Amino acid sequence: MKSKDVVIIGAGITGLSVAYYLSRNGVRNIAVIDKSFPGSGSTGRCGTGIRQQFTTREHIVLMRESVKLWREWETSLPLSVHFRQGGYLWLLETEKEVSNFEKYVKLQNLFGVESRIIDKYEAKQIVPDLDIESIAGASWCPTDGNAYPFDTVEALKLALKNYGTEINAFEEVVGIETRGGAVKSVITNKETYSTNLVIDAAGFGARKIAKMAGIDLPLKLYRHQIAVSEPVKVFLEPMIVKGELYFTQTYRGRIIGGTDLNEPETESLQSTERFLEKYATELLSVMPVLSSLNVMRQWAGFYVVSPDHHPILGGTPVSGFLVATGFSGHGFMLGPVIGKLMAMYVLHGIMYLPEANNLGLDRFKKGKLIEEKAVIG
Amino acid sequence: MNEKNVIICRCEDVTLRDVIDAIRSGITDMESLKRKLQFGTGPCQGKTCIPLVEKVLARELGKKIGESGKITSRPPESPVPFGIFESSGEEK
Ligand SMILES: Cc1cc2nc3c(=O)[nH]c(=O)nc-3n(C[C@H](O)[C@H](O)[C@H](O)COP(=O)(O)OP(=O)(O)OC[C@H]3O[C@@H](n4cnc5c(N)ncnc54)[C@H](O)[C@@H]3O)c2cc1C
Repeated sequence: MKSKDVVIIGAGITGLSVAYYLSRNGVRNIAVIDKSFPGSGSTGRCGTGIRQQFTTREHIVLMRESVKLWREWETSLPLSVHFRQGGYLWLLETEKEVSNFEKYVKLQNLFGVESRIIDKYEAKQIVPDLDIESIAGASWCPTDGNAYPFDTVEALKLALKNYGTEINAFEEVVGIETRGGAVKSVITNKETYSTNLVIDAAGFGARKIAKMAGIDLPLKLYRHQIAVSEPVKVFLEPMIVKGELYFTQTYRGRIIGGTDLNEPETESLQSTERFLEKYATELLSVMPVLSSLNVMRQWAGFYVVSPDHHPILGGTPVSGFLVATGFSGHGFMLGPVIGKLMAMYVLHGIMYLPEANNLGLDRFKKGKLIEEKAVIG
Repeated sequence: MNEKNVIICRCEDVTLRDVIDAIRSGITDMESLKRKLQFGTGPCQGKTCIPLVEKVLARELGKKIGESGKITSRPPESPVPFGIFESSGEEK
């Protein structure tokens, strides 16, 4: 039996970021537990994208803050996360879409995000290899960008190591003990941790973990597939989005991207040729020059989706059992701000961004769901 | 033998010294080593380097090959141009 001030379940970007902000603020008796290696969940499988072009106040404000923190991470973590503000270029096919996005841009500008609607010729100036024949315009935000998932995990691991905060990898949480409506301990296949504070950051496993504490999280798992090309000299910095397609080039020269097959809920992470066909077709319609580029690898990961496509953050009916999950395909970009929000919540009992107060688990009971109209990479 | 001159992964230019240093810094499973050093992520898909790193890791830890985890291999088997997967355009 070990005694811990805080036990964090999951060493994806969420768990590692919460541990980082807690450690930075003086909390050191923490255990981060993961059943596999850090980054093995969705974090290490994601599309690298970081954007602020969203359609609700909650997402826009959280993403804007997260971008600010990504910039800080790039300079203050002990290793580079390769955060790059290459922008997000969102291609729009019809005038109707353009007029919808004009409304989103207005909302984004209202909260300090520098997005704007541009015509197709300006889009072509930004990315000369685009085929602009079938587009009506684009939504462009130059301060959006991307970061490299494995480098981010490595940088956070090293920061935690320097603080003396332990990460216990290859250890699986199998039970949570509560007494009188409060958390008492976390049981793994190797150890029992007595603690008053647990943070469920277990991504695809978060629902199962919450169930161990008697809490039902309304989450569904959807498989999303992704592929990378062989490396070529870097020529593309923005992330390009069109319909369900998204792609960019990493600093290591690979074109990384995916599309959505609109599959039903599943627990399988098998990758399929149907995905490659749809992805390649959409990709080449936007950027025909990539036709002879080789696809090198494809894989799949989970989107952990909540009923309103927004995260579930903060307290639960069980005292000392907190959650940070349900990122619905946006949890990588949110990593920094979620870590800081949750750590400040633990230390001071408040969400320092008021918008985060709307993201509690109780919203589903109260029927106060948040509407998001632009869910994509 | 100068471990700096022994190339383990040609695609990503990872040397024997890099592998040994990473293991001695406390990274002792194959998947985490791959993420740290990025061997096995180049066009050859790890055909040469993965068995070599497995061997070095086993030797360093005094364990048997394969005891410290295996790396999942990803399709396609070898690189294929995007153009091959493009469908004729009826469905889009
Ligand atoms: C193909 C794809 C593309 C994506 N693209 C983007 C993108 O471009 N931008 C973006 O922001 N987001 C993207 N996402 C979403 C993003 O990857 C996730 O939202 C984010 O990584 C979630 O991080 P996490 O730390 O909450 O969860 P995870 O990274 O999944 O970490 C959860 C951890 O909990 C551990 N765990 C689970 N159960 C247990 C247990 N019982 N005991 C101990 N440990 C346990 C797991 O091993 C895992 O390491 C994408 C996702 C996919 C699949």
